[in-house]
Amino acid sequence: MGGYVGRRILSTIPVMAVVALFVFSLLYIAPGDPAAIIAGDQATPADIERIRASLGLDRPFLVQFGEWAWRILHGDLGTSIFTNLPVLDLIKQRIEPTVSLMLVTLVLAITIAVPLGVVAAWKAGSIIDRLVMLFAVFGFSVPVFVISYLLAYVFALQLDWLPVQGYTPISQGFWPWLQNLILPSIALGAVYIALIARMTRATMLEVLAQDYIKTARAKGIGQGGILFVHALKNAAVPIVTVIGLGIAVLIGGAVVTESVFVIPGLGRLTVDSILRRDYPVIQGLVLLFSFAYVIVNLGIDLLYTLIDPRIRY
Amino acid sequence: MIEVSSQVLKNEFRISYEDVTTEGKRLSAVSDMSTGQTVAAAPELGDLFPPAKKRSAVWGFCVRHPTIVIGGGLLVLMLLIAIFAPYLGTVDPTALAPAKRTREPSAIYWFGTDMLGRDIYSRVLYGTRVSLVVGFSVAFLASVIGLALGLVAGFLRWADGFLMRIMDGLMSIPPILLAIALMALTRGSVGNVITAITIAEVPRVSRLVRGVVLSLREQPYIDGAVAAGTRVPMIILKHILPNTLAPLSVQATYICASAMITEAILSFLGVGTPPIIPSWGNIMAEGRALWQVKFYIVLFPAIFLSLTVLAINLLGDGLRDALDPRMAKKI
Repeated sequence: MGGYVGRRILSTIPVMAVVALFVFSLLYIAPGDPAAIIAGDQATPADIERIRASLGLDRPFLVQFGEWAWRILHGDLGTSIFTNLPVLDLIKQRIEPTVSLMLVTLVLAITIAVPLGVVAAWKAGSIIDRLVMLFAVFGFSVPVFVISYLLAYVFALQLDWLPVQGYTPISQGFWPWLQNLILPSIALGAVYIALIARMTRATMLEVLAQDYIKTARAKGIGQGGILFVHALKNAAVPIVTVIGLGIAVLIGGAVVTESVFVIPGLGRLTVDSILRRDYPVIQGLVLLFSFAYVIVNLGIDLLYTLIDPRIRY
Repeated sequence: MIEVSSQVLKNEFRISYEDVTTEGKRLSAVSDMSTGQTVAAAPELGDLFPPAKKRSAVWGFCVRHPTIVIGGGLLVLMLLIAIFAPYLGTVDPTALAPAKRTREPSAIYWFGTDMLGRDIYSRVLYGTRVSLVVGFSVAFLASVIGLALGLVAGFLRWADGFLMRIMDGLMSIPPILLAIALMALTRGSVGNVITAITIAEVPRVSRLVRGVVLSLREQPYIDGAVAAGTRVPMIILKHILPNTLAPLSVQATYICASAMITEAILSFLGVGTPPIIPSWGNIMAEGRALWQVKFYIVLFPAIFLSLTVLAINLLGDGLRDALDPRMAKKI
């Protein structure tokens, strides 16, 4: 067990190294002169030279990568070309809205999707099942910004139930904070709900066909007990796995959702940085998001033994 | 004595007396012409056992796979729109008419006009071209490259570890972010958008192909081919490749759908297709500033994008069920 945990944690190091190497070497393998592209069309040759020097493009690749990796390991993600502020400070300023959005979406998605999937599997083939599956197809097909705009238009502009845009820090109260996050998290969560509901249904169908479910039913355990205690517990591993993998969808979606709902988070920072071609910030953000994704999935892998005692390493 | 009418016998189904009486309501008293007796007669059994209808193969396929038909039909419609965009009552999608800007949808401007007075109906129809080109190109390129990498990784042990570590690394970058990072370093063009999204999609395909190859390698017929002295390239070409095509084609449809969404997102954020090319993402990006007052600018490209992606997803689901019923059960 201890050996497995150790190996599993160590295995994330090469993954992160590949991410770092890739993000870094993009500057060198991109076609054309990245300094000129980052500087923009109106830049003077002096500007381009300045950017080239600040990105270190005038020095050998390996030397640069070594220094860059060394700084990152010490928590220094570099300096923004546009604002001249440390990237880490920019991230710290913007992290709260994004984490809030993700958490609310996660809670919302799981509380909606898992029961939906369970009921769909229980009533497999029924109209409820068909509706859930239909909803899942739509969830996969309607892009996140389309859902965002539709929700904002109907519930904020037309019905005036919730604020249209913006963000209130949690320090100003729970309800104002939540109010601003409801629409964005539904929009962001739609794909995620579809993903989790489909996986829950599929695994539950398999589990409900097992003999021990018949035994439980023969013992006279109620339907709810069978579904949510006996079956769901045994279906948990694939569901939790897909929740972890779906974080990638959430991160990508957050970039878009934050733009539509004007939430000053990391996604918004990503978009601003792209438009300003502020490559050090983009590098830092890609690294941060990938790191978060890898760590979440590492945590989930390690959780398996807690969820399912049959799994031993 | 009650007789069962001879009509019953005409049908080849043998039905016992009890069977008929349980269908109590169906029994009716009719008088038999030859004897004049009143007998209980069952109605023609055609009612009970409808004769098996002869369906054509095409119709049978449609009934069994409605998602393929609906998805395929919608997709064909979109293809036709893309091909015949100039002949569908459109005007030049880039023609500016500042005097006629932000007109609401009307008989003249079916979908209204945007901030620069351009006809949104024309722009949306021409936008179909960009989306379909990006979707199909990425699906094709990512499948071919992913297939090649997956075959190599699945068959050459020494390349496997190395390639898969790289793929693991790439897969831990959320695809949209990866495409964004790539686009930030290049000038916006349709070709660059296709390249960026392809790079983001390849790792998933190669993982899938590698998995299929690894499970196929254990099959007895591969051992048989090896024992018969078949060379490795021939084994890959003749025995492995055909078996990867079914899961790969299903995967390709999903890649096509996600590539269209990614293209729209990139354009929407301002790092995708150059703004002068009418693509659905670009139209929405231009409508962004006005969405609270002129919602239709965002709405029409959004509907087209959603419908197209829905069509491709339905097609993919249908293909998956048709090609591999076991896989269909799993997800």
